[in-house]
Amino acid sequence: MGLVLLCVIWLITIASTYFFVAKTWWLPHGVSAAAAGIDHQFAITFVIMGVVFVAAQMTLGYLVWKYRANGSSGRAGYSHGNTKLEIIWTTLTVILFIGLNLIGSPIWAAERFRPAVDGATRVEVTGMQFAWYFRYPGPDGRFGATRPELEDASAGGEGALGLDAKDPFSKDDVITGVMEVPVNREVEVILRAHDVIHSFFVPSLRFKQDAVPGLAIHMHFTPVETGDYEIACAELCGLGHYKMHGIVKVVSQSEFDQWLAAREADKQ
Amino acid sequence: MATFTPAVSEPPVASRRRGHNQPPFEGSGDGDRDNPGSPDYASRLRRARLGLGVALTPILMLFVSFTSAYVVRQGLPTLDPETNKVVHDWVSVPLPTALFLINTLVLIASSLTIERARRQLSRQMILQPIEQIPGVRASNEKRFPWLGITILLGLAFLTGQWFAWRELADRGFFVATGPSSSFFYLLTGAHAFHLMGGILALFIAGSTVILRRSLESRQIAVDVTAWYWHFMALLWIYILALLEFAH
Amino acid sequence: MVAQELHGHAAPQGFIRKYVFSLDHKIIGLQYYFLALSAVFVGMFLSLLMRIHLIWPTASLPIVGQINPETYLTLLTMHGTIMVFFVLTTAPQGGFGNYFLPIQIGAPDMAFPVLNMLSFWTTFLAYMVMLSAFFVTGGAPLHGWTGYAPLSALKSSGPGEGLGADLWIISIGVFCIASLMGALNFITTTLDMRARGMTLMRMPLTCWSWFITAILGLLAFGVLLSAGILLLMDRNMGTSFFLPLGTINGQLTGHKGGSPLLWQHLFWFFGHPEVYIAILPGMGVASQVLSTFSRKPIFGYRAMVYAMLAIGLLGFMVWGHHMFMSGMSPYTAFAFSIMTMAIGVPSAIKTFNWLGTLWGGRIRFTAPMLFAIGFVSLFVSGGLSGPFLAQPVLDIQLHDTYFVPAHFHLIMGVAAIFGIFAATYYWFPKMFGRMMNESLARWHFWFSFVGTYAIFMPMHYLGMAGHPRRYSQLTEVAYLRPLIPLQRFITFAAFITIAGQLIFLFNLFWSMRKGKKASDNPWEATTLEWTTATPPPHDNFGGVTPVVHNGPYEYSVPGAPRDYVMQTDPAVVAVH
Repeated sequence: MGLVLLCVIWLITIASTYFFVAKTWWLPHGVSAAAAGIDHQFAITFVIMGVVFVAAQMTLGYLVWKYRANGSSGRAGYSHGNTKLEIIWTTLTVILFIGLNLIGSPIWAAERFRPAVDGATRVEVTGMQFAWYFRYPGPDGRFGATRPELEDASAGGEGALGLDAKDPFSKDDVITGVMEVPVNREVEVILRAHDVIHSFFVPSLRFKQDAVPGLAIHMHFTPVETGDYEIACAELCGLGHYKMHGIVKVVSQSEFDQWLAAREADKQ
Repeated sequence: MATFTPAVSEPPVASRRRGHNQPPFEGSGDGDRDNPGSPDYASRLRRARLGLGVALTPILMLFVSFTSAYVVRQGLPTLDPETNKVVHDWVSVPLPTALFLINTLVLIASSLTIERARRQLSRQMILQPIEQIPGVRASNEKRFPWLGITILLGLAFLTGQWFAWRELADRGFFVATGPSSSFFYLLTGAHAFHLMGGILALFIAGSTVILRRSLESRQIAVDVTAWYWHFMALLWIYILALLEFAH
Repeated sequence: MVAQELHGHAAPQGFIRKYVFSLDHKIIGLQYYFLALSAVFVGMFLSLLMRIHLIWPTASLPIVGQINPETYLTLLTMHGTIMVFFVLTTAPQGGFGNYFLPIQIGAPDMAFPVLNMLSFWTTFLAYMVMLSAFFVTGGAPLHGWTGYAPLSALKSSGPGEGLGADLWIISIGVFCIASLMGALNFITTTLDMRARGMTLMRMPLTCWSWFITAILGLLAFGVLLSAGILLLMDRNMGTSFFLPLGTINGQLTGHKGGSPLLWQHLFWFFGHPEVYIAILPGMGVASQVLSTFSRKPIFGYRAMVYAMLAIGLLGFMVWGHHMFMSGMSPYTAFAFSIMTMAIGVPSAIKTFNWLGTLWGGRIRFTAPMLFAIGFVSLFVSGGLSGPFLAQPVLDIQLHDTYFVPAHFHLIMGVAAIFGIFAATYYWFPKMFGRMMNESLARWHFWFSFVGTYAIFMPMHYLGMAGHPRRYSQLTEVAYLRPLIPLQRFITFAAFITIAGQLIFLFNLFWSMRKGKKASDNPWEATTLEWTTATPPPHDNFGGVTPVVHNGPYEYSVPGAPRDYVMQTDPAVVAVH
């Protein structure tokens, strides 16, 4: 039985580790400026935890085989422990765990401790059961007022957001169902929700943030590669949670300008 | 390293099954008239008080949680979509301070009366061995119905709280009128609910006389109820202070 | 209730007093255990339906018919709620703790037997109310076991969010009261009723785990109750504790100014200690069993106690790690993240000490030992995904993906369950006077050990690939389609693993009647329950007070006549 346990534990360990190392299913290719740092921290954590995982499981398997009782083996070695060893491995664990966290902290700080830079592309992202809407402030640089009592999902983008037509700043707001942004320029997203909590998750951009009713949450990211990247809602929001997806299209600056100008023209 | 020192005699467990003359458990003695063979009065009192102390902890946590929600909610900004700005919308509810102060005095008075009841019963317990000597009477003091008065004062407090609620309702503040009023009803209501439990405990403690429970059992019941009651009084003072000063 | 009768009297007669409203902690323990057993099969059935729906979304099943997205979410919600509350917070503590805490410390019963009986029946009431949610108009809620507002606070946010959600909240509230009653008993009993010689540092680690778990419950359930009260008020009385200005289905909700994050803070302030409540007794049992069947004292008894105390204390300081992406301040997130890495340390210490216990032992591969060894392996696997999630910068990618269920299922949904299995196989002889069948037990172990790895290890890969949680169908989001084969594998692994649990069920009930008769101490173990008759008499020790002379794990003491020295053995083991 000891041998069987060793073999099964080792096999499970090897099989799981194989799929991790082979990256059979892995993080999608990262296309934001933050991705490199995040993936690097992921890799460090992954290697360290992986080594601990393999070492601990292999040791467990080995110990249950090596110290199995058999007829002639006599008594176990009597020991209540070893305080020195306890102190050593506790200290090492503290250094490892806290150290790992501290190494990754500057990346978190860079992502979250500062507001978006001036000149970032501003997009307001609103989640509601069960769609994402995106609003651009237009040439005046200001988002117009929205009022919950004006919401009417059947009346297109403006209706869905409850845009107040009486507010002069609303006139040039562009509302779309697809989020288009220029590459290599910071994007500031202002996350809002109308009804329940949703979460704006774009795996390729290494970006996730909950959209909370009653709050307008400012975040930023910088896409560095053009392409289409899927958005998946990442906070349970009701029966349509699984189909609340969207697209972020990262295009060149000129393409973006043209697209936005076309949208503005449509409004006239 | 360990040393194993074999004992003299004491046979292995299997034969030590029946018939030893050791008293059953630590701290036990003759028990009392209700439960001969059970732990003695001192152990029972200690255990009951320990149990009460433990029981008061989650009640405290409930109100700590409410307090935390109260403080957070007061300071919470919320998005006004019309202006796209965050605003604070806390408007304090006007408190029925006069009524509250009267109720507080009533509750403090009831704390005093239950404490008299508790001590009266303790004294009876101490004097009990003397009083059991035929023909001896330790004191002529009539047994004053402190417990009954506490119940009346407790009911008076609850009635007073009801009037406080009525006053607020008359001024147009109901549970959902605003966050301040919501917390007003929540905090005072939760306290009143727990106080009702205390009154029930007082009735049960009082009933131990009618049920002819032993003096020890009665004293433990009143003792534990008294401490609970004091806790409820302190809790009320805390809630009052929170509502009056933290807004 | 205060002036409790203890055991100067005879055992009760009559079926109702003896088995229904019993005041005997042993019967009450069994009642809790069987409630949890019922709940775990309900919970497994719900998860089976979930797994089937994920890979065959249009299939029409017998009895339940076709499962639509909202039903899937209901299954998910009730699966989580029933498993966390009525299995993991019930069987280890209410079940085994109730049965064995008094015996292991040498007491004749719990401190307050009437309260104990009430705590079980209150739990039972909570269970009935929870199950009733399935049968009311609209059905059971779909807001997840975490019940985030506003989804849980608005009656029109989805099917099941009407009466079903109210019943869910009420059930949880009643459960809080029941747990608090239980915690009261556990704490008072441990502090006040230990036999002579049973110092705190001679208590078996199971007793320590039940004691610390009770303290956690005492402090945490009051907060959950408060959150539930506020939620009921928002839903039914028009208050706005958690509800901001907003709309639902295009209509104004009528609320304003509240904070959805407040719910999360209150819930997780309870929720994080709750997961330690779920695992600590399992750790206690693992220590007990590993020591018994390695024939060695537990490695570092004191460190094990301090580690559990540290886990309990730190467990109250990490709740924010569930909220890194919630809109909480990033500075606060950093603070919670450091505390969360810190709590990994005592868990690591315990793992080292379990390995240290095995090292140099003479391991006997009994059924309980297999599950204890499995516990260690699964705890390591589940625990090591923690440091990923504890770092907010990585949590950006992994939060609310399958990586999270991988983490918590391996620890709660498997390791803690293995703790329950180990405890069952270990104490079955003492409770029922018969041995469980070893061959069936081994089959059960292999099905469970390999099967649960097959189910939950792949979920890590899904999470890294960005697969969000709580998706009832995988057909809409394009990047999920390549992951469907892996989901299929998981479903088939689930079929096989659940089938394996039927072996356990059969073994349990068959052995109660037909198992080989057990002696008083079939495992040659040292703790107090093994000194008394099998099954124990009404007052646990047959009128005799145990007097304790030794620590709980004196195995293979040099110079002793046998390789174990019982705690009551007056031959003194002096440790240098």
